[in-house]
Amino acid sequence: MADKPLLPELMKAHGISRRGFLKYCATLTSMMALPPILAPKVAMALEGASRPSVIWLSFQECTGCTEAITRSYAPTIEDLIFNAISLDYHHTLQAASGEAAEAAREAAMEENWGNYLVIVDGSIPLANPGFSTIAGISNLEMLKQTAEGAAAIVAVGSCAAFGGIPHADPNPTGAVSVADIITDKPIINVPGCPPIPVVMTSVLAQFLAFGLDSIEVDDLGRPKAFYSETIHDRCYRRPFYDKGLFAESFDDEGAREGWCLYKLGCKGPTTKSVCATVKWNDGTSFPIQAGHPCLGCTEPDFWDNGGFYKPLSVPAGDYRKLGLAAVAGGAVLGVAGGAIARSVKSSAAAKHEPVTPDDLEKKS
Amino acid sequence: MNNPYFDLLMWARGPGFDIALTIMVGGILLRLVEIFVLGRKKDLAAPKGNGVLQGLRTVFTRSVPRKGAMKEAPVTYIAGYLFHIGFFVAFLFLGAHIALIGDLIGIQWPAANKALIEIATAIAVVALIALLWTRFKDPVRRALSTFDDYLVWVLSILPLVTGYAAVNTMFGDSTLMMAIHMLSAEALMIAFPFTKLMHAVTFAVSRYYNGSIQGRKGAES
Ligand code: SF4
Ligand code: SF4
Repeated sequence: MADKPLLPELMKAHGISRRGFLKYCATLTSMMALPPILAPKVAMALEGASRPSVIWLSFQECTGCTEAITRSYAPTIEDLIFNAISLDYHHTLQAASGEAAEAAREAAMEENWGNYLVIVDGSIPLANPGFSTIAGISNLEMLKQTAEGAAAIVAVGSCAAFGGIPHADPNPTGAVSVADIITDKPIINVPGCPPIPVVMTSVLAQFLAFGLDSIEVDDLGRPKAFYSETIHDRCYRRPFYDKGLFAESFDDEGAREGWCLYKLGCKGPTTKSVCATVKWNDGTSFPIQAGHPCLGCTEPDFWDNGGFYKPLSVPAGDYRKLGLAAVAGGAVLGVAGGAIARSVKSSAAAKHEPVTPDDLEKKS
Repeated sequence: MNNPYFDLLMWARGPGFDIALTIMVGGILLRLVEIFVLGRKKDLAAPKGNGVLQGLRTVFTRSVPRKGAMKEAPVTYIAGYLFHIGFFVAFLFLGAHIALIGDLIGIQWPAANKALIEIATAIAVVALIALLWTRFKDPVRRALSTFDDYLVWVLSILPLVTGYAAVNTMFGDSTLMMAIHMLSAEALMIAFPFTKLMHAVTFAVSRYYNGSIQGRKGAES
């Protein structure tokens, strides 16, 4: 909305210096995998441009994504960007509720039709529209309504991006992702459970500064700047993996020495994210650094990846029972096969007609 | 929304592995029981030597080339050894494989470092290529080669190449490469009982058989 204060004023109010802001823009620029020369442009765009209206929809979610983005760094410049955009609807953060809140959403939509940005966290239940409603409107309906006039949608968190935890087997609510429903709008997926706050804000900053087209995404709709390398590619425990040194349990010598967590079920080798480099809580740490294997939360169906504590190379199924059946079955078939071979042998012996040297001479 | 590569990996780790293991274990047992059920005729002649001892000896002595053989077919022998050593070092000493074996049979041992595994893999691959080359080059060997020989060659080299690629994130997505590596190993497992790969089990049986027959007759190996 036009009457919202611009970023410089907000910065002043939050006690953030211009130098601090420029430094932040430089960091953002490098996070977005853009050349440093573009840092001033990021700064200019963030400072000056009119901020698009943002409607944040929360569906089947745990509020972890919102928690992450609002709480973990606050008050910081990331937080500021969220103040600086015109966040017109976010039912966790807004004071209004029920119909009053919906009226605000509708007003924002009308005013900015075709230009507003929709951010979604949480999945959408299809099994029964009554499973999740807001002011009596089902999630499905609200998403369809709101998406219609959107310039783009950012699906924040693995629930919105891929279905996430609600989608986990047996998926009782029939949960699906935003992209499973909306097919005619650009969708950027920012998965993670929750995503790293600075990744969420960087994607938004890039959108604000350079537009949608500047955000290159992979096959799963994830910005390549943040989701093109695996955790394993950048993990500081990688030298131990390469040396073949693994923690075998959470409290053995290897765990204390900080060895690789592969055998404790680390999904780092198949998980694309910047956790190992950007880290969490202002660059303090990330799960592997804290001694826990990566769960793979930026990947679809990470909840159903065979068990968080099962190494990636270990079968995920119930092979033991089958193995026993195979032993029994193989033995039975073997006996049968052997019996057949024996009878073939003895019948061949029975049918065998002895040939004498005389017979041979006769024939030749 | 799902990731087809991840789904493929989960298939390879789940039903794919179950199917492969069932066929391999069942198949090996089928072949072995079949062999043992056939039995042997009782040898009524008085033994001139210790059949059992000679049989056991032969299981090991046949691993050493007989006199002159090395000169006749150096590539076959040297590359043959190198392939087997390389393959088993890569198979038995990579951490991820040890985790798998640990889950299967409950025994684990220390893993080797990446450099050693990769050298072993490279040696095994080069050895396989050399073996294929001698097979092509020698008209007799080429004439003797069957589909089974080429199939087994492909099935043996694939896990080595795909495993190397998966660990080093070559040729594309790491999840996809890991899935392909597992599927290639599963193909090898399925083919195992029904091709000459079965020699990994039957070599001991047949060597013992030959050794003990000769041993009983007084010949030493
Ligand atoms: S992605 Fe994780 S943190 Fe975000 S809403 Fe879903 S369950 Fe919560
Ligand atoms: S801890 Fe996980 S991500 Fe890190 S090196 Fe080991 S397997 Fe890779």
